[in-house]
Amino acid sequence: MSSLDQLFVNLSGWLLSFFPAGARPWADIALKIGVLVAIAPAIMMYLTWIERKIIARMQNRFGPDRVGIYGLLQPISDGLKMLIKEDIVPRGADRLLHLAAPILSVVPAILLFAVLPFGRNMIPADLNVGLLYFFAVSSIGSYAIFMGGWASRSKFSILGAMRSVAQIISYEVPAILSVVAVIMVAGTLSTVGIVEAQAERWFFFTPWGVVGGLIFFLSGIAEVNRTPFDMPEAESELVAGFHTEYSGMKFALWYMAEFLESFAVCAFTVTFFLGGWHAPAVPFWTLALLLAVIVGAGTRLAIPVRGAGVLGMLGAAALWGAQPIPSWIWFFAKTYVLIFVLVWLRGTFPRLRIDQLMGLAWKFLLPLGLINILAAGLWAWFPFPVGTAASALALIVSAWLLVRINNPAPLQPRTYVFAD
Amino acid sequence: MAVIGSGVLRGMGVTFKTFLETYPWGRLILRTLRIPVTNGLFTIPYPETKQQHPERFRYFPFLVYDGTPDNLRCVACKICEQECPPQCIHIVMEKDEQGRPVKAHGRTLPKQFDIDMSICMSCRICVDVCPFDAIEMDNEYELSASDRYEHMIFDKHKLLKSADYFQKIKPTEAATVDARLAAKKPKA
Repeated sequence: MSSLDQLFVNLSGWLLSFFPAGARPWADIALKIGVLVAIAPAIMMYLTWIERKIIARMQNRFGPDRVGIYGLLQPISDGLKMLIKEDIVPRGADRLLHLAAPILSVVPAILLFAVLPFGRNMIPADLNVGLLYFFAVSSIGSYAIFMGGWASRSKFSILGAMRSVAQIISYEVPAILSVVAVIMVAGTLSTVGIVEAQAERWFFFTPWGVVGGLIFFLSGIAEVNRTPFDMPEAESELVAGFHTEYSGMKFALWYMAEFLESFAVCAFTVTFFLGGWHAPAVPFWTLALLLAVIVGAGTRLAIPVRGAGVLGMLGAAALWGAQPIPSWIWFFAKTYVLIFVLVWLRGTFPRLRIDQLMGLAWKFLLPLGLINILAAGLWAWFPFPVGTAASALALIVSAWLLVRINNPAPLQPRTYVFAD
Repeated sequence: MAVIGSGVLRGMGVTFKTFLETYPWGRLILRTLRIPVTNGLFTIPYPETKQQHPERFRYFPFLVYDGTPDNLRCVACKICEQECPPQCIHIVMEKDEQGRPVKAHGRTLPKQFDIDMSICMSCRICVDVCPFDAIEMDNEYELSASDRYEHMIFDKHKLLKSADYFQKIKPTEAATVDARLAAKKPKA
């Protein structure tokens, strides 16, 4: 275990050594809370930048590039703008709830980070019911959304809030079902325990892990109301949904909650399915050597590209052998890859219709989640080749059946009475 | 039967290719994989790089002079003032004490020629009606100012631009105008 890997753990230990022994637990808690509260807005601000940049590139645009180099100061200028904007509360709104709702939505979003293992030994609070805590806290957000929609006294807000609550309740079910398989195999509810159970094999590299991870990720996207599941704030239909009547810093708080929850969804998908802070079980230098062979043998590539690729891969392998990448870098790298996927989905797909949205949750993800539990059981019960084959077979057949059952008969060509 | 989700993946492939196309390194990757590439970014970042306008692009009118600034083609006939739909041209003819028009280079001339650029709608009617080809359309468009009365009302001196300038910005149109003027000129 290198010192770079435990950098932040050692740093906090060093800082705590200044406190008397009796005050150390309290100082520890205060330090962790302070760090989380400090990094959460920073993460959120740069998520907006990342999202705007990636979306812009997918739409042949530059994205923000005026404030600072590559627009890197854009989030700060946006934050300042939000701070100095007028706070408008609609006439007839419930002023207290209108103020409380965005705060109530940000707090659980930050609380989620408490059970997130950022690296080896780097977790703010290693609860033995961490997973339960995650689901309990993340669903508080739906109260906040409904509260905000109701308190605004606006039709758009209340419609958006109602859609949001329906959506969050629907997608909570497949999300929890997909994680049941993880609990079964890992045998613990603690997030640290789940990550440690993936030391040899990430859960994503099992048949039930692929399906479970996809269900969890999709449900997560739906729970944080992001495109393609952004019915609650569908711009073209509801102005801005539940935060139509919000302005200034309250509006910024809604956005902060949404982005922090998006980050949390990606981070928890990494924790539950993609091995958390673990490096790939196959050492990276063997992967690099394999890639070197593949690139070197690839006849589609030009000769200089192959040479450079081989050299680069050999260099990466040597570097890796000398100094393993710290666990927290692995965690953040995987999380940001998932965030890229999140934005990528937003850049690609149009919004689902409300019946399609509910149909996806109740008619496809929910049964698939139930079958996934069975598949995980098969995988865990039988020895390696049999169990994997059995669970893969069960999942493929059931997914195919579900698609067949859910797809209605193809539409007949319509006859137009008056046109003909 | 198509594999479940293949359409979803194909759509994501399209956006990812677009994403890569906007970066030089992305285009390099696509080229090494022998995938046809277009230049992905179409936005022109305006103040740094300017769009190449077609020759016929027009903005506000200006007054043409030949050679020296006092030899302007305008004779203060006020046709453009009459015809201007938003009434943004104001002309006063140069006269002596007895009220007779002063002539220079064998022509009458305007004492005052103002165009209110904040009213002008760039319709080019003044150019079409001018029998002397004295007024032409400019393509200068960066005219923002902080004061409407001081900066947006262009007087004679601000409007005057040489025939060479006109020749430079609109060669084709200037050639036809010059040909017309040469045909009009009495044979010496």
